[in-house]
Amino acid sequence: MKGKIEIDQELCKGCGLCIQVCPKKQIEFSDALNKKGYYPASFKERDRKTTEKLECTGCALCAIQCPDVAIEVYREEKEQSTTAKKAAPTDE
Amino acid sequence: MKKVFARPESLKLTPFHYCPGCGHSIIHRLVSEVIDELGIRERTVGVPPAGCAVLAYNYFDVDMAEAPHGRAAAVATGIKRVRPDLVAFSYQGDGDIAAIGTAETIHAANRGERITAIFVNNAVYGMTGGQMAPTTISGQVTTTTPLGRAPLRDGYPLDLSEMLGIAAGSVYIERTSVSSPKWINKTKKAIRKAFMVQLEDRGFSLVEILSPCPTNWKMTPVQSIRWVEETMMTIFPPKVIKDVA
Amino acid sequence: MSETKEKKKDKKLMRGSHVLGEAAIRAGCRAYFGYPITPQNELPEYMAEQFAQMPDAVFLQAESELASINMVMGASIAGARVMTSSSSPGISLKQEGISYIAGMELPAVIVNMMRGGPGLGNIAPAQGDYFQATKGGGHGDYRLIVLAPAYGQEIADMTRQAFDLADKYRNPVMILGDGMLGQMMEPVVFPDPIDPAQLPAKPWTLTGCKGRPSRIIRSLWLDVNREEELNWRLVRKYEAITAEVVDQEMYLAEDAELIIVAYGTAARIAKGGVQRARAMGIKVGLFRPKTLWPYPSEPLARLADQVDEIIVFEMSTGQMVEDVRLAVEGRCRVSFYGRPGGVVATPEEISRVISSTHHRAHPKKVAGGRASGGSRLTVVG
Repeated sequence: MKGKIEIDQELCKGCGLCIQVCPKKQIEFSDALNKKGYYPASFKERDRKTTEKLECTGCALCAIQCPDVAIEVYREEKEQSTTAKKAAPTDE
Repeated sequence: MKKVFARPESLKLTPFHYCPGCGHSIIHRLVSEVIDELGIRERTVGVPPAGCAVLAYNYFDVDMAEAPHGRAAAVATGIKRVRPDLVAFSYQGDGDIAAIGTAETIHAANRGERITAIFVNNAVYGMTGGQMAPTTISGQVTTTTPLGRAPLRDGYPLDLSEMLGIAAGSVYIERTSVSSPKWINKTKKAIRKAFMVQLEDRGFSLVEILSPCPTNWKMTPVQSIRWVEETMMTIFPPKVIKDVA
Repeated sequence: MSETKEKKKDKKLMRGSHVLGEAAIRAGCRAYFGYPITPQNELPEYMAEQFAQMPDAVFLQAESELASINMVMGASIAGARVMTSSSSPGISLKQEGISYIAGMELPAVIVNMMRGGPGLGNIAPAQGDYFQATKGGGHGDYRLIVLAPAYGQEIADMTRQAFDLADKYRNPVMILGDGMLGQMMEPVVFPDPIDPAQLPAKPWTLTGCKGRPSRIIRSLWLDVNREEELNWRLVRKYEAITAEVVDQEMYLAEDAELIIVAYGTAARIAKGGVQRARAMGIKVGLFRPKTLWPYPSEPLARLADQVDEIIVFEMSTGQMVEDVRLAVEGRCRVSFYGRPGGVVATPEEISRVISSTHHRAHPKKVAGGRASGGSRLTVVG
């Protein structure tokens, strides 16, 4: 399963909880301040051109934990719909 | 790729004023997701408290009415009694619901008001700057317990949810947490169930949610979610306190 | 059937509290929240009994005055014509909610059947809550519309008026009575009942955001400029209320050289005193404010130009007298006679106050009596 996330860097307050919960350790703090003066979270794989090498699975744990609803999660649509359902964000 | 996680419709695209790592906005999102999923956005009225979450009315895209400190259960009762077709929920902090509003909350529960209370327990008065709350745990340092809460002087942490469980009119009371994705998912299920109890016209429902306050706890967000799990949960264990079948 | 016969048929003999309850229901009130306190329990009991027969009506005995006023707030937010009632100590507890209701600009009707105070005081009729009722009562810059009935019929009429004014101005309205008014049985003709469904829609209520943007009802304005804006907007509203609502009764005032000012139960006693003093040949009249806020300052000022002295009679140590002095602005002498603590003066007592005041002003005309016991007659200005 391949996925990716988009972080709204202006909504992010750099709390770092997403970095803490990411099972693939694919989120880091940005080097640049946002307009509010925080170092926002940044998706390490955001510039990856092909999905082949993505570590991100779109598990959405980061988005679930994010206090600022700053993360949107995308996931590759699988042929086998059962596995896709299993990884749905609201499921345990 | 398909978008699998995005902002719920019932949550406005307004940046939260909450501190980095605050649990309030996670809980706002969960309540909004439940409102969306139950399809009740257009008949819901929310009643935020006095406290950090007083500005909740800026975030929820449903009708919202501010209540005086501690009185949300009474305001929600007034709304629900004259318009039983509406869905009324209160959103209250620990000082609001378990100190100044204890009487209103216990009696609303005991009457079995068809309202849903979201009770955010972060063991401290947040907006006023970190004073001792009814749920401050023994030994916890706050601005008004500089040497730590001493129960013989300051009283013991109050378990309001257990008290509400005793009230005959309460139907569903559960304590959860937003300290990890696992707990957040459990919290969402509990909120959904609490709203369902109201939709089924069965009585009073409440979800108490242990929530980090890194600023007033003087911790990093990561330390604060650990403190919820390692310390708060020993005093306020997450569990279903009451679930009348 | 002739009109007079019809009137007679419609006339009902009821105690004041029941009159108020019946008038509220006829005004479309379908929600009542309260907490027991003497001397007004007959009102919630009446509401409970009547609403028990009305499936669309809500009666709820709350756990406290705090809870009941906040339930009133909720019901008003959801669009209902709603009422609560209490007596002095209970009204003190409601002040928090009343301030919010005023700040949120919500309509609500609040009844205070005043009793002796301060503190727990007693359960006898008194007028010690005038300041609390007319000067805001709770925190912040706001006013209630305060109606002061003196007769059973007026209770019926003013209760209807209270609900109409509350809706029209989105402002809490207080009906200020006392235990005597609440208990007294009098014949009353009620206005025709209103069907709440026929009342004009309120475009600001919270009833779910179906087909419109979501709404917020609040009193918190962290931006000081917006809070100031709200305060001035309230002032403009209060000015409009003052222009429309001020009301008073004048009795034997045309040729009066002396005026007694009193409201509510005190005004009925004063009226008896005026009648007795007139029989003695004293040209005295009664000025009875029917609205305590807004206060009928202008008509009273005009009267002050005509008379030698104004006597203010209150069942308190002197509260309304301050508004009288402000209205009169030194045009004439203002004196005060008070019986606080639940003591009910007699008309004879008031006639003695009138005659002694008249004697002081005109020593040769009439021999005056002396005021009684624990009371106090002060001369101001």
